[in-house]
Amino acid sequence: MSILIDENTTFIIQGITGREAVSMTREVLDYGSKVIGGVTPGRKGRNVHGVPVEDTVRAFTERERVDASVVAVPPAFATDAVFEAIEAGIKLVIIVTERIPRKQVAQFVEYADQHGTRIIGPNCLGVISPGKSRVGGVGGAAESTRRAFQPGVVGVMSRSGGMTVEISNALSEAGLGISTAVSIGGDAIIGSTYAELMPLFDADPATKGIAIYSEPGGQSEAQLADYMRSSGSKLPVVAFMAGRFMDAMPGMRFGHAGTIVEGRADTTAEKIARMEAAGIRVAERIEDIPRFLKERIG
Amino acid sequence: MRLYEFEAKEVLRRARVPLPKSVMARTADEAAAAATEVGGPVVLKSQVLSGGRMKAGAIKFADDAAAAKAAAAEILTITVSGQTPTGVLVEERREVVQEYYAAVTWDGRAKRPVIIFSDMGGIDIEEVAEQHPEHLSRTHISNLAPLSDYQAKVAVSRVGVTGNDLGPLTRIVAALTRVFVERDMTLAEINPIGKLADGSFVALDSHMDMEQEARGQHADLLRSLGIPDEDTRMARPPTEFEIAGAKVNDADTRGIAGNITEFDGNLGLIIGAGGGSLTLFDAVQSAGGNPANYCEIGGNPSVAKAAALTKLVLSKPGVEKIAVMMNVVSNTRADMMARGIVKGVIEAGFDPAEKIAIFRIPGSWEDEGFAILRKYGVEFVDRSVSMHEAAARAVAKMATT
Repeated sequence: MSILIDENTTFIIQGITGREAVSMTREVLDYGSKVIGGVTPGRKGRNVHGVPVEDTVRAFTERERVDASVVAVPPAFATDAVFEAIEAGIKLVIIVTERIPRKQVAQFVEYADQHGTRIIGPNCLGVISPGKSRVGGVGGAAESTRRAFQPGVVGVMSRSGGMTVEISNALSEAGLGISTAVSIGGDAIIGSTYAELMPLFDADPATKGIAIYSEPGGQSEAQLADYMRSSGSKLPVVAFMAGRFMDAMPGMRFGHAGTIVEGRADTTAEKIARMEAAGIRVAERIEDIPRFLKERIG
Repeated sequence: MRLYEFEAKEVLRRARVPLPKSVMARTADEAAAAATEVGGPVVLKSQVLSGGRMKAGAIKFADDAAAAKAAAAEILTITVSGQTPTGVLVEERREVVQEYYAAVTWDGRAKRPVIIFSDMGGIDIEEVAEQHPEHLSRTHISNLAPLSDYQAKVAVSRVGVTGNDLGPLTRIVAALTRVFVERDMTLAEINPIGKLADGSFVALDSHMDMEQEARGQHADLLRSLGIPDEDTRMARPPTEFEIAGAKVNDADTRGIAGNITEFDGNLGLIIGAGGGSLTLFDAVQSAGGNPANYCEIGGNPSVAKAAALTKLVLSKPGVEKIAVMMNVVSNTRADMMARGIVKGVIEAGFDPAEKIAIFRIPGSWEDEGFAILRKYGVEFVDRSVSMHEAAARAVAKMATT
């Protein structure tokens, strides 16, 4: 099993004719994902690596089942694209675009909530259920992706797209493998936080443990700690905390848009304390993550 | 990006929030003239992008122009949290009978703006929240429903304000909420709002942060406030080295190679990307290394961009070697990175084998990348060597740590 996506997931790519989206299309096709179309206004009738392009999302949803959409359009047009996907009835929207202003993100996240649509991202690399499907560019070239993401038992959630790959690779090399890895996005407001995805992993029989990548800034780690205390989740969780050097540098933004120490709650020290108090094991090095999980999973 | 108090107050003035009369002064002489213009007793406040002004002695009182001049001259020499003041705000001194607190910010968990209001203004709001929770209200507002004044009324009313005070406070909080939403702020705060003896209210101090990503949408406002595009408004102003890093990044649109922050160590870092940079910087420090810089590189930058960043890092005085490290890459090509960085080292007049302490960029096109590095005798590792191990190997090569 897996969460969010599997071998039957059909999806479209909004902004498919952009440079990065064209190579993403090549990579997801090579991986065996069911990408059934792409949308770029004014490019109806073209194709990208054989994938048909339409002007609107509805052109696809009116004639076939579309489980998901990847939004890879420039920031100025991304919000419009997300609203279009939600209104067309797509229930999973994965937003790759970076630098969308927070107010717009909050607007489409609230709108998605009202329509029963799940948002992943913005500013993420997508979702992969190894051996089944990949929706988004996470992992890059198909061969390299297969090596880094081997099918297995660990659910991965990461605020960094690159570190989704690094951590998954470490879990694959250690023989644990991945059930589903979700690049959740690096912005201050994202569609799905760790705690909001945990119930899916809890319900997934294939997932035996969780690895997360976290950073300074925001309340996602505190929210996860609260979830672990209140939900009765049985999954062992190991967190890797990056950006420890930032604790001494308040007001400076590093890495992602959401990564800044503005108050004590944003610091890695505070987050580590909260997570450890909730039974989450915090790793200092990437290589500790599979080791700690193996102790609990066997 | 943070606004200075005088800028935030100008934003409030345009939103029709009542304010004490004030004039901005850049020099002590200007402050004397400002005090005359304002008339009567004044308060002089250092304009810096951080709190803690009172503690630092950067807020002073004066009864006439001569005293104002002397006070301003002193304030202009005081740094607050390492920041040199951009000027002094000379403001009419008002006697207040009660202070209130109002702020609008994002609640990342609720994913909505939240109005925070208290009838215990002027003191640390975290302390009020912990010790007097009944004096503080939190009111979330929808991102989709139209903005309406009742939301501000609810926030004010929740701490027990009623009667003649409810209307004017509601108008101030509603105006603040509109500024927050319409101007893409991440924080809009008035602390304190002062109630005067005649029952009217004024905003005595204000703090606003605008979202970096939204700057382009509010170019009109920023221009009218006199804030230039290159003014980053980070916790400290950018160094020349950091400005040069931004230029490297802006030179072409392919990928990211820049976002440099200067440190004073001897090991130059070419590390990426967002999360990878944070991880690797920590890894270098935990191995006992002294980074010369933080940076980000990723998103498949061009060879020219990678070379330019390399040359810039090598140009920094005190940099003995560089470490080139990334997480397993998805869309960045390891071979292009290898080519760009080797090119940068050679163009800077150094031997790549000697200058590059370690190269760890596993993933796409790594075999082609390894071939280039082998040719130049550079030590490289693949994904079987962890980020922390790679960082430790680089640090071990340094003559001094």
